[in-house]
Amino acid sequence: MLTVRDLTVSVGPETAPVDIVAGVSFGLAKGEILGLVGESGCGKSMTSLAVMGLLPQPGPRVRAGRVLLEGCDVTQLQPWQRVEAGHGRMAMIFQEPMTSLNPVRRIGDQIAEAVRVHEGIPGAAALVRARELLELVRLPDPKMQLSAYPHQLSGGQRQRVMIAIALACRPQVLVADEPTTALDVTIQVQILGLLRELCNRLDMAILFITHDMGVIAQLADRVAVMYAGRIVETAAVDGLFGAPRHHYTRGLMDCMPSRNSGARRLPTISGQPPLPGSVAAGCVFALRCAAVRDECRVATPPRLEASQGHEVLCAFPLARGELP
Amino acid sequence: MSGNVILDVRDMMVSFSARRAGRKYRVQAVDGVSLSLAEGEVLGIVGESGCGKTTLGRTLVGLVQPDSGNINLKGTEVIGAGGSGLREMRLNVRMVFQDPNASLNPRRTIGDSVAEAADISGFFKSRAERSAAIAATLTAVGLNPSFAARYPYELSGGQRQRVGIARAILPTPSIFVADEPVSALDVSVQAQVLNLMMDLRDQLRLAMLFISHDLGVIRQISSRVAVMYMGRIVEQAGTRTVLDHPLHPYTRALVAAIPKPDPSRRILGAIEMGEPPSLFTRPHGCAYAPRCLMASDRCLVDVPQLRSVGADGRTIACHNV
Repeated sequence: MLTVRDLTVSVGPETAPVDIVAGVSFGLAKGEILGLVGESGCGKSMTSLAVMGLLPQPGPRVRAGRVLLEGCDVTQLQPWQRVEAGHGRMAMIFQEPMTSLNPVRRIGDQIAEAVRVHEGIPGAAALVRARELLELVRLPDPKMQLSAYPHQLSGGQRQRVMIAIALACRPQVLVADEPTTALDVTIQVQILGLLRELCNRLDMAILFITHDMGVIAQLADRVAVMYAGRIVETAAVDGLFGAPRHHYTRGLMDCMPSRNSGARRLPTISGQPPLPGSVAAGCVFALRCAAVRDECRVATPPRLEASQGHEVLCAFPLARGELP
Repeated sequence: MSGNVILDVRDMMVSFSARRAGRKYRVQAVDGVSLSLAEGEVLGIVGESGCGKTTLGRTLVGLVQPDSGNINLKGTEVIGAGGSGLREMRLNVRMVFQDPNASLNPRRTIGDSVAEAADISGFFKSRAERSAAIAATLTAVGLNPSFAARYPYELSGGQRQRVGIARAILPTPSIFVADEPVSALDVSVQAQVLNLMMDLRDQLRLAMLFISHDLGVIRQISSRVAVMYMGRIVEQAGTRTVLDHPLHPYTRALVAAIPKPDPSRRILGAIEMGEPPSLFTRPHGCAYAPRCLMASDRCLVDVPQLRSVGADGRTIACHNV
């Protein structure tokens, strides 16, 4: 359904571009949830914005690569051109719903606006559809809430409204950028449950961006781990958590307190991610990798197929079940 | 509970006035909290946003005035002790904030920020002593002493949080109030900062009130845990007891809702626990009753009080346990 090929997003002058997303490729099938996970600055949000055609302007730009939605390349189209060309079947939700919603307009009007743009339904009929959408996202008392303002809702309810607006275009792909990070765990679990349910019911694909490995394990079907603008490992969720093959993925999992089985100190990954453009040759993780070899510093690591559907960007990946 | 109790809080009440829809309200943010901390002990405070955990922490460092209640620091009453008591408390009980970008002054050098509390209290006898203390403190938190002359913008997020910790350990405090000190950090950096805090706890015999919504972090660093709900402690016991065998229905729901990093243990769809009630419309009986699957008639009228249940010093406020 959605195919991203060698997507490269760059900043800086045309003559000396700095790649903040460097050759990212992934596919997303109908009804599938792909988790894109990584630490701050790894390029996961830029990837999602590039996929949506929402990169801030002026600023980062897609320098190379393609984003194919049902075979049609959308990278060269502006968002409104996508809608006009009938490729508007992608929607996005963000971390903080309060900054995405208009504080002085009623919830119902904001959803109806999206319905009118995408479906061409006028006035009152759009409001009826808005109410259906609120029912779909399980907002309690949808009829009443149509006339509520955003500040009258809780954070979890606002995120449900954002999801309703996103669903107004009947998306085939929903891009969700840390949609539960600002919410309490008790609310997060309900929103994640809703996304899973909508994905199954509407046969919609979700690209879910997060820094939280726990959320990924709960929600995703497949996972792509990003580091320094590259996808360093892709696998089915069971394969990744059962036997991570990239040293970075393994390190990330080890330093999670909730996976620590009683050790007094937490394992850490030494150092910090490299600044974009600062690694001239070799593997981007070489500086922090505990298993680094001389070749890693000079040669670009290959993308190996460790097992069926499990790819790793490393010349010397971990064997199954091997401790680093 | 073991060792010397250095902080003892009794029946703390904190409220704020708020205005909503033209009406004035009194919002009870902390509603009768009692707790104690021993030397070198870490008490984790967990709960959803709005449960009063941050207000509790801010009251203990003197940033918020309580309506009533006692705070006893090393045998001295702090509330009503006037300026000298407050100054004593502020040197002894120090705060580590969530966001080091917001809590460090961008126009002061790291060294000046680290020494600020000591400067105000007239701690240093000479400039040489001051620079030596700053260097030693920066080294203690794993930073190069040369950072003293730098500014916050030159540092990474993890380094800034180390500075936030450094300024809380000079001069010699006995208690940290840490409000979500690692939640703004990436996991790899979070682990480094947590390790540092555990080292300081052991080396300096620091007691900590560690406020967090992340139960994994709490499990790693705390010896005891108190669960807060709408301004009250609803369950308190040793960390393993609370997190592995929660008894209060709210603690059970909270523990169940954590996304476990294990795809074979999926919980989505299994938990529908609604949202916390508004602080403006506090329920009459147990504040958790509207969301509680075990709620009985009594829960709707009668506020449950904390009582001892079972071993490990567990206290719990629930009629049905």
